[in-house]
Amino acid sequence: MSAHDVVLVDAGGTNIGSVRYALQRLGVEASLTRDASRIRAASHVILPGVGAAGPGMARLHEAGLVEVLRTLEQPVLGVCLGMQLLFEHSEEGDTPCLGVIEGRVSRIAPGGQRRVPHMGWNRLVVDRDDPLLHGLGDEAYAYFVHGYAVARGPATLASVDYGAPLSAVVRSRNFTGMQFHPERSATVGARLLGNFLAS
Amino acid sequence: MLTRRLIPCLDVRDGQVVKGVRFRDHVVVGDIVDLALRYRDEGADELVFYDITASPDGRSVDREWVERVARVIDIPFCVAGGIRDVEVAREVLHAGADKISVNSPALERPGLIDELAAAFGVQCVVVGIDSLRDDDGEWRVRQYTGDPSKTRALARRTLDWVVEVQRRGAGEIVLNCMDTDGVRTGYDIAQLRAVRACCDVPLVASGGAGEPAHFVAAFEEADVDAALAASVFHSGAIAIPDLKRELAARGVKVRP
Repeated sequence: MSAHDVVLVDAGGTNIGSVRYALQRLGVEASLTRDASRIRAASHVILPGVGAAGPGMARLHEAGLVEVLRTLEQPVLGVCLGMQLLFEHSEEGDTPCLGVIEGRVSRIAPGGQRRVPHMGWNRLVVDRDDPLLHGLGDEAYAYFVHGYAVARGPATLASVDYGAPLSAVVRSRNFTGMQFHPERSATVGARLLGNFLAS
Repeated sequence: MLTRRLIPCLDVRDGQVVKGVRFRDHVVVGDIVDLALRYRDEGADELVFYDITASPDGRSVDREWVERVARVIDIPFCVAGGIRDVEVAREVLHAGADKISVNSPALERPGLIDELAAAFGVQCVVVGIDSLRDDDGEWRVRQYTGDPSKTRALARRTLDWVVEVQRRGAGEIVLNCMDTDGVRTGYDIAQLRAVRACCDVPLVASGGAGEPAHFVAAFEEADVDAALAASVFHSGAIAIPDLKRELAARGVKVRP
């Protein structure tokens, strides 16, 4: 399916504008919405997010979107906190999440040179081939900024080394996620967003 | 491995990038979007835009240029200057900034840091600290440094403030070492090391960059996560691609 109708789920994330501009740079005009029928009808659904898991899930509950998001069948992309919300549970505020991908979100343990938040450009390591990763070279760096993370697991397509391997790109069925900010990851980010829109 | 970041800092006034010879004589260097794109193309890892008149005048940041930058730039950027409450911070973040940086307003009212962290998460909240070594050898914080006639020396010790802002929710600290600022003789390694020892969040060195060896020293000797500079980048004295090559050759991990 082509990206003819992309929606950004407006759940209060402050990066929603940046994601929208990144899509515009790819020639796609995305609508911001929290309307359930609008989201169900879209070709592609993006769940951006910056902030904490508890308030993030609370906003989805308030908007009546939890069940809607769980039952989507078109390509869905969670960005940063949006990716974390796709998993079962977050240690941040002991928050039950959407649970469409198996796994849990944990706090990154600080130690030595591992500072928290994990902030900056880190190299993506491909763990599993997937159309979402097409065209990614060996030296693909993405911009991360997060204090919680999902350890590399069955859903991990690409990981990042931060003392331990953390999930950077994940997929389970139609649900995909990027822990870093593709909208702020230069040409690498644009490529990955483009791959998602082509899915 | 996480790479070390290079961050050009652009002073903004009325939506244009300016350079102050002395505080008063600002020369327009160029259009904000043109310069942002130039640095992005040269491989800058992040940008900081500092509204130089906002804080001393009690004005807040004009959001229009923030949005213009956010539309074209695909690397992260931080906006500093004049952010004194959660609502202004929200507007700046919604306009497309990735982080907001607070300095003087956080000294006026330290609870601002807690409020920003609670509203947006610590990853958005940068605290800038202007610090100068006093005659007794102690580093202390300065306020309103955007205007020399309004700059105030505070009794607050820099190292105490570094600890406090982290407890309150700073996700990153930019340490501007005023002893070395603008003189291009190198970052203040001794002070950066002292701050690094009590700083568990990312630390950005600022003030003093004059040549590539200064960046190497900041990363290797003071273990900072990022280095910020203005004049050496703006003047073309140091080109970012050359600097990155030199850093890589010296074993410092950078984004190619």
